[in-house]
Amino acid sequence: MRQVWRMLLRNPGGVIGVAILTIAIAVALFGPLLFPTSPWRMVQRPFLPPFTVANLPLGTDALGRDVMAGIIYGARVSLLVGLISTLASLAVGIPLGAAAGYFGGRVDDALMRFTEFFQTVPSFALAIVLVAIMQPSIVSIVTAIAIVSWPPVARLVRGEVLSLRTREYVQAAVVTGQTNWWIIWREILPNALSPVIVLASLMVATAILLESSLSFLGLGDPNLMSWGYMVGAGRTVIRQAWWITVFPGIAILVSVLALNLIGEGLNDALNPRLAKGGR
Amino acid sequence: MSKRKILITLAMVCALSTAAAAEGPKAGGVVNAVIQPEPPSLMVGLVQNGPTQMVAGNIYEGLLRYSPKLDPLPGLAESWTVSEDGKIYTFKLVKGATWHDGKPFTSTDVLFSIEFLKQTHARARGNLVQLDKVEAPDESTVVFTLKQPFGPFIGIFEVGSLPMIPKHLYEGTDFKTNPANNTPVGTGPFMFKEWQKGSFIRLVKNPNYHVKGKPNIDEIYWHVIPDAAARSVAYETGKVDVLPGGSVENFDVPRLSKLKNTCVTGAGWEFFSPHSWLWLNNRAGPTANKKFRQALMFAIDRNMAKDVVWNGLGKVATGPSGSAIKYYTSAVPKYDYDPAKAKALLKEAGYKGEKVRMLPLPYGETWQRWAEMVRQNLQDVGINVEMIATDVPGWNQKVSEWDYDIAFTYLYQYGDPALGVGRNYVSSQIAKGSPFNNVEGYSNPEIDKLFADGAVAFPDAAREEIYTKAQKILVEDVPVAWMLELQFPTITRCSVKNLVTTGIGVNDGFRDAWIEK
Repeated sequence: MRQVWRMLLRNPGGVIGVAILTIAIAVALFGPLLFPTSPWRMVQRPFLPPFTVANLPLGTDALGRDVMAGIIYGARVSLLVGLISTLASLAVGIPLGAAAGYFGGRVDDALMRFTEFFQTVPSFALAIVLVAIMQPSIVSIVTAIAIVSWPPVARLVRGEVLSLRTREYVQAAVVTGQTNWWIIWREILPNALSPVIVLASLMVATAILLESSLSFLGLGDPNLMSWGYMVGAGRTVIRQAWWITVFPGIAILVSVLALNLIGEGLNDALNPRLAKGGR
Repeated sequence: MSKRKILITLAMVCALSTAAAAEGPKAGGVVNAVIQPEPPSLMVGLVQNGPTQMVAGNIYEGLLRYSPKLDPLPGLAESWTVSEDGKIYTFKLVKGATWHDGKPFTSTDVLFSIEFLKQTHARARGNLVQLDKVEAPDESTVVFTLKQPFGPFIGIFEVGSLPMIPKHLYEGTDFKTNPANNTPVGTGPFMFKEWQKGSFIRLVKNPNYHVKGKPNIDEIYWHVIPDAAARSVAYETGKVDVLPGGSVENFDVPRLSKLKNTCVTGAGWEFFSPHSWLWLNNRAGPTANKKFRQALMFAIDRNMAKDVVWNGLGKVATGPSGSAIKYYTSAVPKYDYDPAKAKALLKEAGYKGEKVRMLPLPYGETWQRWAEMVRQNLQDVGINVEMIATDVPGWNQKVSEWDYDIAFTYLYQYGDPALGVGRNYVSSQIAKGSPFNNVEGYSNPEIDKLFADGAVAFPDAAREEIYTKAQKILVEDVPVAWMLELQFPTITRCSVKNLVTTGIGVNDGFRDAWIEK
């Protein structure tokens, strides 16, 4: 693990990604201490341009709410949604994929048809429908994102498990009479994990984008300030007040970019061929 | 008089008359207007959506029109008399009015329309409950006899409330499936020509209109443009000349108003007087407590909502009646923005931070922002508000099934408290299934009696006394939290003249409108 970390930091893109993400996490954790008032509070006149009032560097929105405070509180929502929905889809995708790959045959067929069922439906459309049915709230959004994003995990894990289960050390474990789940858990999964980690880092980015898109369409949690909500609410006034949409838009762009850079870096770091060359 | 003097006088008369001609209405021209959203149908006897009324009001006509002060004006009736006991209304119909297909309009059409609308038009049915009988002694006379005097009766003949329906096309048919519904035939100044669904509705001048010399405009195109920003752009690029009230977002109004050759008016909604308030569930939860409801009124900064969310349009509502409604009084308890007083009242009410669910009205940005502002006002005084996101069907269902604590709404008031105000407060109107009745569940026998008496009291002075009393009681009890008298500005090119002249504005305004070249 330490090696991976070292490799990641040797990759310039990875360093930038880690740096940005660290800042974003710090903002999400400690920002509300610096901005104790609610981001919904109306603090100045509406449509105040950025850099005109010292304590409102990014200006105010259509109701006179602080755009800076919105971005800081939005970081919390975006990162939380990204993280939790990714963990949730891993929790579904890994066991399903592992079972399909390990047991093969009918189990594999059944699980893969089930997975394909989800893969054939356009994921964003499905997410919209799910959130609309369940009523927009943070729980329904995380659930919807998890439901639409687990199939790639399942397929990836299945492929890895399929190739690993014929390895000799796995055969050896079978011969020594270990139970199937123990073999999957102890012998196969640890070796299948590196591509999953890369995928997961990209999934966090996708989840943030999905949440932003849902909020943009007005399907966000109406009680939480998120970046997508800010872009969506500012869209109609973009000709009068560009800053309401541009700054949260930049926040989304930067954090998604950071996660992609990290994913890229992890991919290189975990790739055995590249890793050997670097050592 | 010398010859010279006569010449000068003649010249002056000529000059005056040409000047008058230059200022008078000009014939000809095409108007492009926006209609938002696209109406489901133009048969106003069956469907009464806002956009339906707006287009159909220029195709169909009622017996009367109404001035901005809501005084009756001649429509299909050229004159009318009311008997001394207030029970018999006699209408003389205009001579020479014809349907768009050439058939004459007569008193039998009026009788038929009454029967038609009793079946299809819920509000008309309600307006006609006091009607005992209606008769047509001759082709151009109609006599309405009431069971008892009903003051608001003279106010029910507007085109959206009681449109005249052609008997020769509908008699003996199934009204809802009659193919004539797709090609509406009225007596109005404009005739239906074509409807490209999703694109535009085209009306053309009625050359045989019963008011000589009208209409002036040749054609009207009503464009359907689903996106609010695109509607503003359509006006800016010159594709449309008329933006009826509510068709662009409020924050676009100041920008559009500043454009060259652009005129804005808030007039033309007096008959409807859209009144906004928060439904407060009087049955359960913190909102069942009168002190809590009063606290809400003090906690909400309605002036700020008017200035920021509505760009200064409209007026802070003082009570159940809009200020344009008959017998309105401002002599009621006042609820100015006062968070300290709100907190004190909350304490008295014994509120302990229970969760309060709030439903915004899902009608676009303005309403969403407004709900966010009110939520902030309420949170500031310590009320634990949870906003519930809904779409239009969800909102309708939740409100009509009483599944809410606080819900935004606005309703039309139709000029008279007996027509558009009482329905929201009398206990006989408590019934699940409608978002327009006494949704809050307020029940007060005294109010029931006042509204029952007020509808049939005679003469006007007696009604005024009753309604003043009712308003005072309601404002004290706060069954709902009144917010603003809304104003929907109509934006037009200044060259479109005389469009908004009545209490329903654009809905029947094209009759008198003309274009300056």
